Amino acid sequence: MSNDIKVDKVFDLKGLPCPMPVVKVSKGIKEVEIGQVIEAQSTDPGSLTDFPAWARTSGNEILKTEQDDDVIRFYIKRNA
Amino acid sequence: MDMQNIENQFTEFKSQLDALKKKVPEDKCSLVVFSGDLDKVLASFVIATGAVAMGMDAVMFFTFWGTPMLRDKAKSVGGKDIMSKMFGTMLPKGTTETKLSKMNMGGMGTAMMKSLMKKKNVASLEQMLAMAEELGVRIFVCEMSMDLMGFKREEMIDYKNIEFCGVAKFLEEAASSKVQLFI
Repeated sequence: MSNDIKVDKVFDLKGLPCPMPVVKVSKGIKEVEIGQVIEAQSTDPGSLTDFPAWARTSGNEILKTEQDDDVIRFYIKRNA
Repeated sequence: MDMQNIENQFTEFKSQLDALKKKVPEDKCSLVVFSGDLDKVLASFVIATGAVAMGMDAVMFFTFWGTPMLRDKAKSVGGKDIMSKMFGTMLPKGTTETKLSKMNMGGMGTAMMKSLMKKKNVASLEQMLAMAEELGVRIFVCEMSMDLMGFKREEMIDYKNIEFCGVAKFLEEAASSKVQLFI
């Protein structure tokens, strides 16, 4: 967990393969307000390229990406 | 230049802009699902649901071998001729009866792949179909294929956005899509 970012909602997407992480996060981010931040936890290595591509297309912003062992954590700010 | 002239020019520009707008592709993904193979149909659903996640509209056109698996296993209709009955029994009825395009090995390969998918948490075709419905993926079924194989509308699956169409509908959607794929 990152210390300097205030997270409003956490999404556990561990164990889910393509396309589920991106599908779930695109639905999930609508559960917070614009400007709020979600944390998405994924174990799918493809997420490392997929999440930035999704963020660029959907107009949201990845503030930070962390990786420890198998879990990748994305801190995403809802901009759209 | 007087006011009237400027107004006329403005109206002209506006109509030109409207005409131009119609030609610009939308954020839409149009897929032709020609294949009825488990692997290829799965890939189609992954792309369609992924497209919605990316903020695009997704449209799937099921034609030829893609149509039989959109039949509802629980539904049956009578009044078919011998050829239609034959096609009806030989082709997969519902997504659960689809087979791999390679390494089917009399059904053994497909069964192994299905158990692997389950183990690795990969969504099944049935789950993908439900997900697509929830995400608002539109499904069009080729009327000609249905007629050819003797399928009736009453035996097709219950799906929120299912429609029956011909090639013109596909081309209309494809022409206004940024992504078009034939699978």
